[in-house]
Amino acid sequence: MVFFFVRRLLAAVPTLLAVLTLVFVIVRIVPGDPALVILGDQATPEAAAALRARLGLDRPLWEQYLSFLGNALTGDFGNSLVTGRPILAEVGAVLPHTIDLTVAAMLFGVIIGVPVGIWAALHRNRAIDVAARILSLFGLSFPVFVSGIFALLLFSLHWRLFPVIGSANLDDPADRLHKLVLPAVTLGLVMAAYITRVTRSAMLASLSEDYIRTARAKGVPWRRVVWVHGLRNASLPIVTVVGLYVGILLGNSVLTEIVFNRPGLGKIIVGALNQRDYTMLQGLMVIYCFLIVVVNAVTDLLYGVLDPRVQAT
Amino acid sequence: MSAASDSRTPAEAVAPPPPAAWKRALAKARSNPTTMVGALICLAILLGAVLAPWIAPHDPAEQNILDRLLPPGGDYPLGTDQFGRDILSRLLWGARISLSVSLSAIAIAMVIGGAIGMVSGYIGGRFDLITMQVMDVLLSFPSLILGLIVVALLGPDLVNLIVAIALTAIAPFARIARAPTLALKERAFVEAGRALGFSHTRILFRHILPNITSEVMVMATLWLATAVRVEASLSFIGLGVKPPTPTWGGMTRDGFENILDSAWLATLPGLAILLLVLGLNMVGDGLRDATDPKLRNE
Repeated sequence: MVFFFVRRLLAAVPTLLAVLTLVFVIVRIVPGDPALVILGDQATPEAAAALRARLGLDRPLWEQYLSFLGNALTGDFGNSLVTGRPILAEVGAVLPHTIDLTVAAMLFGVIIGVPVGIWAALHRNRAIDVAARILSLFGLSFPVFVSGIFALLLFSLHWRLFPVIGSANLDDPADRLHKLVLPAVTLGLVMAAYITRVTRSAMLASLSEDYIRTARAKGVPWRRVVWVHGLRNASLPIVTVVGLYVGILLGNSVLTEIVFNRPGLGKIIVGALNQRDYTMLQGLMVIYCFLIVVVNAVTDLLYGVLDPRVQAT
Repeated sequence: MSAASDSRTPAEAVAPPPPAAWKRALAKARSNPTTMVGALICLAILLGAVLAPWIAPHDPAEQNILDRLLPPGGDYPLGTDQFGRDILSRLLWGARISLSVSLSAIAIAMVIGGAIGMVSGYIGGRFDLITMQVMDVLLSFPSLILGLIVVALLGPDLVNLIVAIALTAIAPFARIARAPTLALKERAFVEAGRALGFSHTRILFRHILPNITSEVMVMATLWLATAVRVEASLSFIGLGVKPPTPTWGGMTRDGFENILDSAWLATLPGLAILLLVLGLNMVGDGLRDATDPKLRNE
């Protein structure tokens, strides 16, 4: 078990390196001189040269690459060009808000999606199943900012159940939760729709297996057959989708944070885009990738926990 | 039909005839109400986009300061925005941007990604391993973040938007094209072709490509929905085609700023995006059910 964990974690290292390389390449591919992009067309050659030296862009490419890798692995992403503060500090200050949002949305997706998916699978082709399929198709067609606007209109402006401004006080759990509900439900809607569909088809597949018939034949209560024998064997595809979807949630959290005016990575990234904060963008890309590589590694580890056969391979 | 009257080469004769598979899938999709409703939605939006210059009641850029923020009704069927521009006309013209950006981006991704996957699977070995590793890395970026960063770095305009969205969709197309290629290259008709001395190009284009198109096309429909959503999201963030060109995402954003007193400005373009994405998902879903070999025998 420990051996399996270590091996899986080591397997994430090449991916992380490849992702870092891709970030490096993407940033270097940009047409034009980054110094001029940052300073604007009217910059004097001296100012441009000074900025190039400060960013290390005057050094040979391989040297830039190695120092980029070294810095990224030690968590040093440089300073923001706009505020001058270290990027890690800027990001660290708002990261809890984004993580709150993503985790809450994921939980919402799982709590709604798994039972509805099982319910639909058990009533295959009946009214409940058809309704679940149509609703989930709707759910996964909602762009997050559109569902966010509708939620805001209905629950904050019409019924006044939830606040419009979403900047929560992290030290007050009640406030934190209250301001989290609407954004998390909005963000989790698409995930709930996906999980419903995957759970339905995975349950249909696992419930048609021989061991289910055997379990029923030997008198195991139906509830237990479904939740233990059925769900346990349907869990791998569900975990796969949850893992894949956490990455998409991180992406969509940008939109949710804009609509609900919440602090978080999304606000930073949009700010950096508008102010051409080049080092901040590069740092954010690395941080996003790092989060996603971590999620993938955790998903892989979960496979091993859920299905001992995976550990052997 | 006797072997002598069959004008096809032996290798082609053993190949499963793709047109029949297509026809069967289409017939099945046609009998599925969800697919048909989805197709109707898409068709209606496509018609609106194509006919926009003729059917739009106003010029989408025309500003009438006296008619600012009018609610739906009267001379402006869906109301006006903060500059007094007609919302219906802007929605119709916005559909053109939505459709042209996502169709071209997916077409590019389908050709490039499909070719990468097909060739990689066909060649196999270490080349395949490395190519797929690169695709996996590309896949590990959420499409919105990748699109966001590429557009931000290249600058927001129509072409860069298409490039960014295409880039996010290449990896999934490579994967979907590779998997059936791996199975097909072991099949008798491909080996027969090779024994007859056909070039690799001929085998790839005449014998493998026709057999993977249905999978790739279904994928394209589903990814079209994602592309529409990503385009709208980027426009909403402010990284879409520059104003005054109307885009659905941009209109939603402008409307969002006036949400307290003129909610329809944000909800109408939002509904338009939802409708198009939903229509595409309905079509893609029905096509997938119709072509999925696992479901075919049910």
